Amino acid sequence: MPKVTVDGQELEVPEGATVLQACELAGKEIPRFCYHERLSIAGNCRMCLVEVKPGPPKPQASCALPATEGQEIRTDSEMVKTAREGVMEFLLINHPLDCPICDQGGECDLQDQSVAYGRGATRYEENKRAVTEKYMGPLIKTVMTRCIHCTRCVRFSEEIAGVDEIGAVGRGEDMQITTYLEQAAEHELSANVIDLCPVGALTSRPYAFEARPWELKKTLSIDVSDAVGANIRLDSRGREVMRALPRVNDAVNEEWLSDKGRYMVDGLSKRRLDKVFMRKRGKLQAASWDEAFKAIAKAKPGKSVAAIAGDMVDCETMFAAKALLKACGSNLIEGRQTGMDYDVSNLAAVNFNSTFEGLEQAVAILIVGSHIRWEAPLVNVRIRKAVKRGAKVFVVGPQWDTTYPATFLGNDLSVLNDLPGEVAEAFKGAERGAVIVGGGALKGAHAKALALASEWGADFNVLHFSAARMGGLMLGFAQKGGMADIVAAKPKVVFSLGADEMDFEPFADALKVYIGHHGDRGAHAADIILPAASYAEKDGTYVNTEGRVQFAEKAVFAPGDAREDWTILRALADALKVEVGFDSFAQLQSAMIAEVPALGEEGLADYGALPKPDANAKAEGTMSAYPIKDFYLTNPIARASEVMQRCSSELLHGGELAEAAE
Amino acid sequence: MTNTLADKDRIFTNLYGFQDWGLKAAQQRGDWDDTKSLIARGHDNIIEEVKASGLRGRGGAGFPTGLKWSFMPKESKDGRPSFLVINADESEPGSCKDREIIRHDPHKLIEGALVAGYAMRARAAYIYIRGEYIREAETLQAAIDEAYDAGLIGKNASKSGYDFDVFLHRGAGAYICGEETAMIESLEGKKGQPRLKPPFPAGAGLYGCPTTVNNVESIAVVPTILRRGASWFASFGRENNKGTKLFQISGHVNKPCVVEEALSIPFSELIEKHCGGIIGGKDNLLAVIPGGSSVPLVPAEQIWDAPMDFDGLKDLGSGLGTAGVIVMDKSTDIVRAISRLSYFYKHESCGQCTPCREGTGWMWRMMERLRTGDAAIEEIDMLQQVTKQVEGHTICALGDAAAWPIQGLIRHFRPELERRIEEHNAKFAEAAE
Repeated sequence: MPKVTVDGQELEVPEGATVLQACELAGKEIPRFCYHERLSIAGNCRMCLVEVKPGPPKPQASCALPATEGQEIRTDSEMVKTAREGVMEFLLINHPLDCPICDQGGECDLQDQSVAYGRGATRYEENKRAVTEKYMGPLIKTVMTRCIHCTRCVRFSEEIAGVDEIGAVGRGEDMQITTYLEQAAEHELSANVIDLCPVGALTSRPYAFEARPWELKKTLSIDVSDAVGANIRLDSRGREVMRALPRVNDAVNEEWLSDKGRYMVDGLSKRRLDKVFMRKRGKLQAASWDEAFKAIAKAKPGKSVAAIAGDMVDCETMFAAKALLKACGSNLIEGRQTGMDYDVSNLAAVNFNSTFEGLEQAVAILIVGSHIRWEAPLVNVRIRKAVKRGAKVFVVGPQWDTTYPATFLGNDLSVLNDLPGEVAEAFKGAERGAVIVGGGALKGAHAKALALASEWGADFNVLHFSAARMGGLMLGFAQKGGMADIVAAKPKVVFSLGADEMDFEPFADALKVYIGHHGDRGAHAADIILPAASYAEKDGTYVNTEGRVQFAEKAVFAPGDAREDWTILRALADALKVEVGFDSFAQLQSAMIAEVPALGEEGLADYGALPKPDANAKAEGTMSAYPIKDFYLTNPIARASEVMQRCSSELLHGGELAEAAE
Repeated sequence: MTNTLADKDRIFTNLYGFQDWGLKAAQQRGDWDDTKSLIARGHDNIIEEVKASGLRGRGGAGFPTGLKWSFMPKESKDGRPSFLVINADESEPGSCKDREIIRHDPHKLIEGALVAGYAMRARAAYIYIRGEYIREAETLQAAIDEAYDAGLIGKNASKSGYDFDVFLHRGAGAYICGEETAMIESLEGKKGQPRLKPPFPAGAGLYGCPTTVNNVESIAVVPTILRRGASWFASFGRENNKGTKLFQISGHVNKPCVVEEALSIPFSELIEKHCGGIIGGKDNLLAVIPGGSSVPLVPAEQIWDAPMDFDGLKDLGSGLGTAGVIVMDKSTDIVRAISRLSYFYKHESCGQCTPCREGTGWMWRMMERLRTGDAAIEEIDMLQQVTKQVEGHTICALGDAAAWPIQGLIRHFRPELERRIEEHNAKFAEAAE
């Protein structure tokens, strides 16, 4: 632990710390543009210059200089002040003075730091440089004249996302940041460069000219576009969610967010169910709550009622539905809409046990039937990190473009019964291994993968892709035979809690009540539609695929007649003349926590030990395709989102460039 | 002070290409003569000998060569090999010495590479040659092939039992690739941009392995120093500025030339003996840039008797640099000359770090206005401040190199700058009336 002095204050810093980190530990603010904790050190903006003794008689870039024993660091000397002023002046001479029309305004590093560390006025009288715009796809808007060449975006693409899409061409003052051949940045994490950009060069295209940061209400929420449970912040103005931004949580999403989680929010105000609808003479027509409740009561379901949970519902909604059904005398609840029927007697066996952070430590990783880049882009980032540390990755399933070297073992799941020698070898010597089974392979390979993991002493992981899955399983939303059991029970009334991926065909004779927020497949099939709230419009608990319980807050009110889901279910209890035992959200929550205590505590739920593996288990079946066909359109919110539709057509289906059409 | 270097003391005996560059002719000139015995002296002995000779790096910075070699690891603890990188990316305006060595005496360089590489325990030498040197690269490659065929390098090089390879790599025409870490980046196939130091190349250089980057001339003189002894080499020049050096005199002299001379030779002697004097005589001399474009100019009265060596020119606020002496007589538009250099640095800035990327363009644009006088007197001070804001704030020395010529101009020719501004402004004041 080297001892250094920062502005006369002596302190010990951890081994391997940089001078910049030492200064931060001493409570000194060091201005910076290129330096970012999660990216490699570039040292090119020169804003973090400090005076260091011993050393050459000139200021040093603190971000790149290791802190060593006995260093005397000054951040407040005249030399440092002049150096900062000088660098700031250089950064500004070719930076346009267009803050009033720049979307970064108000949250711009350059703005803030020039106020704090710059000279008051400009001395530059030559013409400013202008740079042509670069096309970076439907999500990233570029105003490259504002670029200060910090190369954060370049480093993010290379290091974190693992795609060499963004780079710098040209030299000196003609250097320009651009995408390869000016094609769109085509990966699921592309929009993170918008957050990284310290100036307004890369801004959000869908959010362009929409709002100023200071007029937005900021609400802490959880992303429901996949089962990672990325921590997000919803920025809203009035009744509209303007944007979603990632929050820092090292255990979950670090500080990244997938493009879908970030940009499906415009779908929150499109195709919304804002009225009660009832099917009259084969057509859905607007109705009143009373009418709807009467119709449901009239069906006299008794205990012949079922509830199917969708992919994005919170635990409270599911619990309220479960309570309602229980009061009716039914336990026909299921969350695995697409018909999966894996064994859930031990939740540890369907959980992501490595944890995302732990996955980085894995030395050998076997992925069975999961297109991780699409099913959980942020987990792919972790695997990439592991690979950079030397991990070997094997994949069973159709080829997909990993962002790291990986060996594909074919589509036949039975390859697990007789794996090539190199796989076993990689796992045998590994200090920590991880077997990841995707939703698509749970049917054929679950037991065998469990047996393999136990044989190798590796972590066993199941990677889900619906935000509601783990919470649903904890609440018992699973029948032994999956959806087939529900179908077999022939319920008179089926409640679909935002379940849009399920097959409604077998329930032709039942009264289908859709309680959800978007006019999607579920609503099309429903007999009665009760408009409910999306994740942004209600408080709720979510459990991610690691079994991490997280709480999201309500950002805005649901539109029109839509109500929070639990209130609808509570009202239904009255309509059906049963008692559910709660009258407020707080009562509902405590009842839920009383039943499943783990849901009351934010953090990893404890599912106990893995079941004893079946040594004779055999994997069978072939995977011809992954469950997710289109990354950008996996849920009703995303399908309603214009941005996601454009991404899908442009980035995945080679559609016409939106700009070319203009 | 020294007398003119005697022919017998010249290292580069075929500098002008009067003889063939090939292996046979080179051997007749003494190259590759029992190289095995040079190597047999051992790693550390060679380094000690080079240290004792007082050889300072010939690429511009003048860092003691032997000392630089001694930073290389004595043994590889983790299996990483060491490399020698030879900087033949001679792009500094005013410099043209490496070119003469490469096209007329390439075997001196190759033998030097082997001996120096052996001394620093390098596995191979990479010669990074300037892209524009097309014929030179051809010659050098042919010479390398000759040396391989003769068993002088490669496996069991010169029968010394040491395996040593020499690779030639052609640059693509970027001045910045002459900076040692940018050169390493470029060799690795990346964009030529200097790296942050530390880590220094001796710790982690080419492909992350310990690397020393030396100038062509520094390497090419090594075999001769070893053959004739450190004391012979040290007998030339002043204390701390020992040895012989290739001077490249260009500009307003009667006979521009590249000539090997002892360090510390007075400027006057260099010009009178080898270049036939200044055009129009001594009194016609205006200023001299003594070490290639990146050092500040020195006005006539100060340079005339100055010793041409590292310390002598440093005392004048300039530097020896590569010893590319640019002589300018009174017909020179000195502001335009420096402005042209500013344009060069603006053009060659790699764009990586802020002060150089933004500062070089600003400085050039201001220089262009000062050239015509379209400026205010205060702007001269502002320009001076801007150069100070660039100098010492950048990753590599290109920022310094861009700032120094302008600083030299302001230091010595401020009256000329002011005269132009006044003249220009007077003209426009008249027009406005």
